[in-house]
Amino acid sequence: MSDSPIEKSNKRKYFLEKLSGRFFLFCALISVISLALIIGFVFFKGLTPFVADGYSFVDFIFGNDWVPSEDKFGVFPMIVASLYATIGSLIIGVPIGLFTAVFLAEIAPKPIAKILSPSVQLLAGIPSVLFGVFGLAVIVPFLQNNLGLPKGQSLIAVIIVLAIMMLPTIVTVSETAIRAVPKSYREGSLALGVSEIGTIFKVVIPAAKSGIMAAIVLSMGRAIGETMAVILVAGNSLIIPTSLTDSVRPLTTNIALEMGYAAGTHQEMLFATGIVLFSFILILNFVLAKISAKGGQ
Amino acid sequence: MNKIKKFSIYLIALAITVLLSACSGGANNSNSSSNDGYTLSISGSTSVGPLAEKLAEQYEQKEEINIEINQIGSSAGITNSINGVSEIGMSSRDLKEEEVASGLTETIIAYDGIVVVTHPSNKVDDLTIDEVKQIFTGKVTNWQELGGDDLEIVVVSREDGSGSRDAFQEIVGYSSGELIKNSIIASGNGNIKNTVATNKHAVGFISFEYVDDSVQPIKINGVEATPENVLNQTYGLSRPFLFVYKDENLSEEGQGFIDFILSSDGQQIVAEAGIIPLK
Repeated sequence: MSDSPIEKSNKRKYFLEKLSGRFFLFCALISVISLALIIGFVFFKGLTPFVADGYSFVDFIFGNDWVPSEDKFGVFPMIVASLYATIGSLIIGVPIGLFTAVFLAEIAPKPIAKILSPSVQLLAGIPSVLFGVFGLAVIVPFLQNNLGLPKGQSLIAVIIVLAIMMLPTIVTVSETAIRAVPKSYREGSLALGVSEIGTIFKVVIPAAKSGIMAAIVLSMGRAIGETMAVILVAGNSLIIPTSLTDSVRPLTTNIALEMGYAAGTHQEMLFATGIVLFSFILILNFVLAKISAKGGQ
Repeated sequence: MNKIKKFSIYLIALAITVLLSACSGGANNSNSSSNDGYTLSISGSTSVGPLAEKLAEQYEQKEEINIEINQIGSSAGITNSINGVSEIGMSSRDLKEEEVASGLTETIIAYDGIVVVTHPSNKVDDLTIDEVKQIFTGKVTNWQELGGDDLEIVVVSREDGSGSRDAFQEIVGYSSGELIKNSIIASGNGNIKNTVATNKHAVGFISFEYVDDSVQPIKINGVEATPENVLNQTYGLSRPFLFVYKDENLSEEGQGFIDFILSSDGQQIVAEAGIIPLK
């Protein structure tokens, strides 16, 4: 029997449907495969020294000396540096970002918000290396001259650069969260005689809490993973920082700095450094997932 | 749905297999060359090695020859050339007396030289090698102790694994573990130069070709850092790159390779590698 024209066109339609479905699946798989490849590669390379060559993982995590040419691999100073830098930048970045978001969402007159909002978003588009160059050319000499330091490359320089870099994430995500708080909350609070600022801090921000937490975790991820900007202003010294003016080497810069010439075990240890970094990011992602699950309830 | 799941798992497994086999396979093919002429065995210094690899690559394109280069360190390479395991040994240090006594001939193929630089405003412009060592190992921490202003010294070094850093440490005589811990670590000559050029406290080391007006090159024992002074062997922060061999072991092909290195073509490659050529 021969197909009617309608059946024919339907067949074609179904075929196209199926084909595009497959194509979209393929596109979706690309990111999954990339993830699997990266994880597989980093872990394969990074675990080799511990599994095959008998290096101690505990010594690696808690060792204070990183001297690859003398076969000493300890990343503890870098873990400390990464944590200090991240926490420090949160202490500066979160209040500034949050207040900016409050201002944009609640207080700012429309024309001002119209200028401010895009400029904050533009900040997110600046390549990280430019933040580094800015830090090296402006922040480092500024610290050196005004604090009377022998060198401006320091933990505080890293913290300042990271704090600026995380602003767009904090501002845009928490602004969205604040805007999502129902108007009736504010109206209720204002009707009870609470001032506008009181309403913001007692009602709106608590209501937007999960969104704001998500913003903080996201920016933490950015801070701990940032490399290019940090490498230029950190000084990369291998010490456990005891003051804000010590120069530091976070985990990311250790990898970027030494990968160029590393070979053999040294290179594998840099991948192992990547595993440590990866674990931090993974933990952050878990926290983020927990927070958003809570927010969904 | 289940099918798709299975399919994606296959895909991921396949991708990982391909990747793993690619990285384990990549390591071994640098030495396998296709032509089957004479095989010249060279072993020795890890500093001379990369340069020798570059020279060999060019020479292999011109001649029917395989050149095998093993980077095992100067002393091991010299020993190998003495007892005939390798035809030619590579060394980045001068021969010791007993090594010369065992009948080795040495040919200098190039010079390696490094310049210590400070901020142009620094009054200190002349150091001994021992003073350089004390600065980089943190025994001297203020320029005042060396006749300069009362400024803390900020040491800038290359990253571990860098050839320049290895060379510098070998010539000056300290190990990576001894390097002062709070030194700034910068990747690349340009980075070190910029850091030193913008910090009155800083001192670093760079290759000859990077020196310009933004930094002040330091004299070593009163000798200025110029390629001429390296070639006449008065500048302290330099070392010869040597090929050593026993005359009776050296084949025609080996002699041909050495002649190629000393030719203007060979020396051109030396210069391109950032090492000081003989002419």
